[in-house]
Amino acid sequence: MTGHLLSVRDLRVGFGKVPEDNEVVHGVDFDLTAGETLAIVGESGSGKSVTAMSVNRLIGYSGGRILGGSMMFTRSDGTQVDLAALDEPALEKIRGRDIGMIFQEPMTSLNPVLTIGTQIEESFRLHHGMSGAGARVAAREALERVRIPDAERRLANAPHQLSGGMLQRVMIAIALAAQPRLLIADEPTTALDVTIQAQIMGLLAEMKRETDTGLIFITHDIGLVAGLADRIMVMQHGKVVEQGAIDAVLDDPQHDYTKHLLNAVPHFSDGKSVRRDHSRDGKSGRALDVKGLTVRFPVRAGLLRRARSNVHAVEDVSFDLMQGETLAVVGESGSGKSTTARAILGLVNATRGEITADKTGLGSADKPVQMVFQNPNASLNPRLTIAQILAEPLKAVGRHIDEAARARMVELLERVELPADSLPRYPHEFSGGQRQRLCIARSLMLNPSVLVLDEAVSALDVSVQARVLDLLADLQREFGLAYLFVSHDMAVVERIAHRIAVLYAGQIVEMGSAASVLADPRHSYTKRLISAVPSIERRHMEFAIDTRSVPSLMRPAGFEPDTAPWVEHGPDHLARAEG
Amino acid sequence: MLRTIFKHPSGRIGLTIIGIFVLAALLGKLGITPHDPLMQDRLARLQGPSAQHLFGTDLFGRDVFSRLMMGIGQSFVVAFFSVAAASLFGTVLGLTAAWFGGFWDGTVMRLMDVLLAFPAILLALLIIAIFGPSGWTSVLAIAIVYTPIFTRVVRGPALSLKTRDFVDAARTFGSGRGYIMTRHLMLNLVAPLSVQITLALAWALLTEAGLSFLGLGTQPPYASLGLMLADARNLMEMAPWLLFFPAATVMFAVLGFNLLGDAMRDILDPKTRRALG
Amino acid sequence: MGYAIRRLLVFPVVMFGVSVFVFVAVRLVPGDAIIAMLGTESGLLTPDQRAALAAYFGLDQNWFVQFWRWFSHVLQGDFGTSTTYGKPVLEIILNSFPLTLELALLSMLIALAIGLPAGVFAATRKDKPADLILRIVAMIGQSTPGFVVGLLAIFVLSVGFGVLPEMGSFVPITEDPLRNLGQLILPALTLGTAFAAAVIRISRAAMLDILSEDYVRTARSKGLSDRKVIWRHALPNALIPVVTLSGVEFGYLLGGAVLIEQIFALPGLGRVVLDAIQQRDYALVQGSVLFVAFNFMVVNLLVDLAYSALDPRIRLDKG
Repeated sequence: MTGHLLSVRDLRVGFGKVPEDNEVVHGVDFDLTAGETLAIVGESGSGKSVTAMSVNRLIGYSGGRILGGSMMFTRSDGTQVDLAALDEPALEKIRGRDIGMIFQEPMTSLNPVLTIGTQIEESFRLHHGMSGAGARVAAREALERVRIPDAERRLANAPHQLSGGMLQRVMIAIALAAQPRLLIADEPTTALDVTIQAQIMGLLAEMKRETDTGLIFITHDIGLVAGLADRIMVMQHGKVVEQGAIDAVLDDPQHDYTKHLLNAVPHFSDGKSVRRDHSRDGKSGRALDVKGLTVRFPVRAGLLRRARSNVHAVEDVSFDLMQGETLAVVGESGSGKSTTARAILGLVNATRGEITADKTGLGSADKPVQMVFQNPNASLNPRLTIAQILAEPLKAVGRHIDEAARARMVELLERVELPADSLPRYPHEFSGGQRQRLCIARSLMLNPSVLVLDEAVSALDVSVQARVLDLLADLQREFGLAYLFVSHDMAVVERIAHRIAVLYAGQIVEMGSAASVLADPRHSYTKRLISAVPSIERRHMEFAIDTRSVPSLMRPAGFEPDTAPWVEHGPDHLARAEG
Repeated sequence: MLRTIFKHPSGRIGLTIIGIFVLAALLGKLGITPHDPLMQDRLARLQGPSAQHLFGTDLFGRDVFSRLMMGIGQSFVVAFFSVAAASLFGTVLGLTAAWFGGFWDGTVMRLMDVLLAFPAILLALLIIAIFGPSGWTSVLAIAIVYTPIFTRVVRGPALSLKTRDFVDAARTFGSGRGYIMTRHLMLNLVAPLSVQITLALAWALLTEAGLSFLGLGTQPPYASLGLMLADARNLMEMAPWLLFFPAATVMFAVLGFNLLGDAMRDILDPKTRRALG
Repeated sequence: MGYAIRRLLVFPVVMFGVSVFVFVAVRLVPGDAIIAMLGTESGLLTPDQRAALAAYFGLDQNWFVQFWRWFSHVLQGDFGTSTTYGKPVLEIILNSFPLTLELALLSMLIALAIGLPAGVFAATRKDKPADLILRIVAMIGQSTPGFVVGLLAIFVLSVGFGVLPEMGSFVPITEDPLRNLGQLILPALTLGTAFAAAVIRISRAAMLDILSEDYVRTARSKGLSDRKVIWRHALPNALIPVVTLSGVEFGYLLGGAVLIEQIFALPGLGRVVLDAIQQRDYALVQGSVLFVAFNFMVVNLLVDLAYSALDPRIRLDKG
């Protein structure tokens, strides 16, 4: 027992009025020594967050109860306490001071009505007995330590004035204020862009190097922790299925579920696992042609709400898409990738540009381009039955719902592997993955030639993601569909794309075959993006703390930007020239 | 739906109270009462509650129980019609304002701002001043007072529904405006609307009673709850039952709708449902 | 502070709309304005006298001219002359409004002082006996009309204790604050019941919502005590809906004052409006309704500003 910072034995946690009947964590054991990083990996419902929140007993405030087990924790003065048995006043003395925590959603985890400064100072006042100017200086230094530029001014900001990445850094500053012995990070980067994720990982790695704080890092992405963790614990259905040193688990997984997470789930491998089932040999026809697409949103300011400037969301984007081909449009938030997708569907008005879709490719396509949205919960009307939902596209083009239409619904349901008796049911009766299959079936009702998939698997659990990607690839081969696959997730893109277009600040900066772009990126942004992607292969990678942010896209009204010329880097691989 | 409400404790109580009152209101309106509520009996003035007159008699010897039934009937009719009108106008205005936006939205909402700038009862009084006191004027007054509230209740959620992905999806299919407005917006507005309608009925009952109490609602000799309370004012020491029974009646009727509205909000609001489950 | 400026700019627009509404409403009154004004005496008028009167009151002009004449007078503080009192409308209003305002503000104060702590307390004891009792009390409070509370209060005082609340001659607060308060406390309690109940319900619900927010979890993870979490992190957020409610409820208080003044025989503006309606004194109805609407709007504007001071998101985003 001695020597461990934290030693958890047979931890059991339940929820609800009778927690014994609703146990979600069934006897978890693990140890953590000072300075060590333990990654808890699992999908939603695995009990990984519940386990972590049980350690500082915040779980009690979410309706959970510790049903049994012990959690021996060594405090800074060397005394040991059983966290599972402590009462609330004693826990308040441990939380923050000995155990810090950062959460998944930085946007909602800071109090919206208090300034950043107040919220950081609070920790210093509480744990270091500081007050007034002293606390303020400490808060500023804490912000500087997490590389927030212009820290003095930021202290007076309210949380909504900062970006998600900055807020997560503020959260880290708060959690580290008391120099805790243990830091719990609950999916701290899931809500963030990949380059911002790299910054946060860099900060955590720095903390690990410079202090002997123990870290429990919870994630669904086994690849993410490969560069940071010393040990891994894999959880499924509230049980630990495997734990051990990082190399042992990654190189020689014992449990089937660990193997599944390592093999079946998309992991990034620098373009080694791209699809090779389509080539631009001139045999297949063109499904979609986009020329010079430009979308600008007016920014109205002043009392008369006049448009003084424009946000150049999409700037002169051109590409084409062949039948049976997938073009992945990748980029981070604010890159204009979703706006591009929405402009192609006419959901936002293009300022300029030509969009030509092939109407002859597949049967009589009334609407040759269809779309699948990111969040399947939001894109299905909860008050309509599946039959009504599938009928909507047909009704919209003026067709009657006859026997043939019903037959098509049933056929498509079977094709996306949903039970045929789903028709009279409502969306809430289905799981997230099933709902996304429904959305795919709906988008196919009109026999389109092009599917725009806007982050279509991003909201799904990793193993569900893999299955939906397989389904999409099957459907593509069967119907000769062309996919425009919009995504921020390079691992997913590598699995599905034939070609890739990298979008940065509204412009395509690099475009070409997936293998070439992923293996040999030429534009500086693509390089930065790809190097930020965590993966199992990049074990012990160094996360650089790069705090560059996306440039503002706001331009004065009437401004016409220059576009840099293309430079060819081989067959089907173009990148913008850089000054 | 009714079954779910019945499982909710306050829903069960509310629904039971409303059931009893609706029955009383129907009987009262149809004139099926123990005594003729309008018949005066000089020999039986101001009698306390008895087997003959369950809730006693008033200054003119009229049976208080029968008059209460008549009053409930009158109050419910006013509440029902005024809320029906307000919810209809409010829904149409709120939905079109949210959908068309721009100038129409601005016009409707500024108009509603104007109506909301009056304290509710004062606006009702102004309308009664114009059309003269009567039951139907009360309907009109309450309807006008409540229309802006329904407009807001519909417009807010309609605006957020409009940006939901399933509406965007509908647009990509080319679904018509009518289909989107009815299936995607209205269908999802039923829940917040029905909660608001229930609470509005409670408020309408209160207001009707208040207006009649001031002598500006239903006119004598017809009975209404507010009027009976006004009559009881000077007699309360002599005949407390004249005060007590109508007061309890108003309270319970309003309580019934408030309880039901609360239960419906609990059941229909996904936020609380999430907190429960 | 773009939001505040926008609110200030909308204010006169809505105020103008309110004036138009009141003006048109009064013109919609069926019947002849001069008959309405003079009652039976109008039967004695010769056609010439009638025309002269119409010209004198500007009734021979079209509505636009009449409106501009009335509106420009209102802007100068001239609301016209009451036919029943024979005095300027503004003078009558200024004599009676302080009482109504005091009554409304006092009820508001009482309601907030009772409702807010009770609501927060109930939220922290969710589903425990104290919470259940407070919820039932709030439910009944919200379902009982103010004037019924008033009648029952008077009944209990007079029959149970043999005392009657001191009515009769009302003493303004400037003359004898203590006696004034003694006269107003019961009416204010009566008027504030429903509002207090609403504050309990709203602050309890807001508090419960907020206690499950992520940032409250963050505050707990810092090691803050329950008391500090509630008072420093949760309460400022829970105040936002309560402040909004207070703005709306102030209108109900001003309106409800009509009934309460009637029951307690207080010479406030509510009584004046009521009498004016019964006397068909349109200048007075028009003037006092406009005046009250103006005050209600000012209160709502202040609430909006308070709201934006409480919530930095509104201050900056909606601007």
